[in-house]
Amino acid sequence: MAGYLFHRLAGTVPVLLLISLLVFLLIHAAPGDPTLLLLGEETNAAEVARAKERWGLDQPLYVQYLKFLKSAAAGDFGKSFKYAEPVINVIKTRLPATIELAFFAILIATLLAIPLGVWSGSRPNSWIDNVGTTFGLFGISMPSFWLAIMLILLLAGVLNLLPTSGRSTYGIAGPEQTGFYIFDSILQKNWPAVWDALTHIFLPALALGVNMLGILMRVTRSSILEVLNEDYIQTARAKGLREKNVVWRHVTSNALIPVITVVGLELGTLLSGSIIVETVFAWPGSGSLLITALNARDYPLVTGIVMTYTLAFVAINLIIDGLYAVVDPRIRY
Amino acid sequence: MDFMQSLTLESATEKDARPLPRLMPRLHVKAFSGGAIVLIFILMGIIGPTVAPHDPNKQELTAMMKAPAGIGALHVLGTDNLGRDILSRVIHGSRVSLLVAFAVVFVSGFVGITLGAISGYFGGKVDFLIQKLVEVVWAFPPLLLGITIMAFLGQGLFNLILALVAQRWIPYCRVVRGQTLSLRGRDFVTAAQCLGASNRQIITRHIIPNLIQTSLVIGTFAMASSIIAEASLSFLGVGVPPDIPTWGTMLADARIYISTAWWLPLFPGLCIFVTVLGINLLGDALRDILDPRLKRTGARL
Repeated sequence: MAGYLFHRLAGTVPVLLLISLLVFLLIHAAPGDPTLLLLGEETNAAEVARAKERWGLDQPLYVQYLKFLKSAAAGDFGKSFKYAEPVINVIKTRLPATIELAFFAILIATLLAIPLGVWSGSRPNSWIDNVGTTFGLFGISMPSFWLAIMLILLLAGVLNLLPTSGRSTYGIAGPEQTGFYIFDSILQKNWPAVWDALTHIFLPALALGVNMLGILMRVTRSSILEVLNEDYIQTARAKGLREKNVVWRHVTSNALIPVITVVGLELGTLLSGSIIVETVFAWPGSGSLLITALNARDYPLVTGIVMTYTLAFVAINLIIDGLYAVVDPRIRY
Repeated sequence: MDFMQSLTLESATEKDARPLPRLMPRLHVKAFSGGAIVLIFILMGIIGPTVAPHDPNKQELTAMMKAPAGIGALHVLGTDNLGRDILSRVIHGSRVSLLVAFAVVFVSGFVGITLGAISGYFGGKVDFLIQKLVEVVWAFPPLLLGITIMAFLGQGLFNLILALVAQRWIPYCRVVRGQTLSLRGRDFVTAAQCLGASNRQIITRHIIPNLIQTSLVIGTFAMASSIIAEASLSFLGVGVPPDIPTWGTMLADARIYISTAWWLPLFPGLCIFVTVLGINLLGDALRDILDPRLKRTGARL
């Protein structure tokens, strides 16, 4: 197991190197000059030259890339042009918001999808299966940003039930500790702030989680259908167990293995989805930061965010593979 | 065991495993409704623009932000902030959205099937290189690569297709490679080799025809995801240029008016949703009929 994980880890290094090269080249070769975008059109040549020198843009591209690699290996992605701060710090202030959002999106998706998938799968072709599969199909076909807009329109605009932008109402939250508002507020026993943060996160999390909900529901259902045909289920029934126990104990625990993998695979889609959902809800996360950085041609920040996302994606898939062995004792690496 | 015997045995186990008789009518419902939806939108894309009531880009400043007035009115689905007719824009949008999606599916299918077949058939160094490329591209969270490429290329229809193809050939390549690996050892390939067929002939004449069914299924799901990705990129302002009406650009324009004009985001979004729903229905039915083995992998296509 340890050997396998080491092998996989070593295998990701060249992949990450290639990705960094690709992103670096694409971003630096993109049209648009960060000096003009950030200093304004009316700056004189001397100022532009000074900014270029400060940001290292006056050097050949391969020198810039090698310098980037050298500092990135030490965990330093350089300084943001726009925020004049180390990229790592800028990302650090924004990342908790995205992680919190993704966490709640997954929570909503799994809490709804797994029971729905189990019910549908254990009674194929019943009315509940029809409702469940229709729901799943709607989920995978829903453009999350449109759902986001419609949720704002309906629940916030017409019914005036929930806030539509930001992470909390100004002044409610206590001092920031970890950057995770809900977690912080629970630690500080600031219950109004917890509730306030929950009302803020609900709509974006729902919009972000809807595709995953649909996919998880479908995967759970087909996985349940498959496990129901296994011999050990027949054994469980032959022992005289009640159907409810058979489904929830014996079938579900085995059927959830592929579901875990899909959660891991879908995290990539979730991260990309967060870019667009965060934009709609003015959620101050790293996704909306990417769009800001891209529009300002803030090279180090864009590269930093893309690399962070890719690293997270690769790491999560590694963890999922490890988890696989824990959940299913038949799998040995 | 002769062929007939194995066939009857196989169908016997199938029957034990699944309630087949009840599955079939459902499949037809799926295939029919999905096909109907997709057909309607394709027709809308082809003949729609000639029958659209207005020019989609014509600004009528005296008729801005008109609410949908129902059938028979001048602006059936209302007008937007510049007085442009929503119905005409939605119809024109279907042409662009479907065109982009079809182009993406065909180009990525061509690239993916070719590379996958080469990778699986030749193995060795070629296989290693292609699989490394697959690994690198696949390590990008989807959409992120699209955004990065679009930042590099700039807005435009052709660029958008390119950016979407960049990641969508991967599912074809992976599945096709796996199938080619198993096809390579089959008797008909050996027979062709003995008859002196070249590698190229074997791949194009004997391997690829066997991959069409699976690729068709992957293609439908790729189509659905392309439509959503096109709309997402256009919504973020890095996809289609703003002067071309598409469902994504319409949604982007609508964003700031959602509190005042519900019809602006409703109709283009509904079009995306229903089209993707139809394609997914069709894809589900196709998969169940042609290639049930894809059931699991269908999740992330």
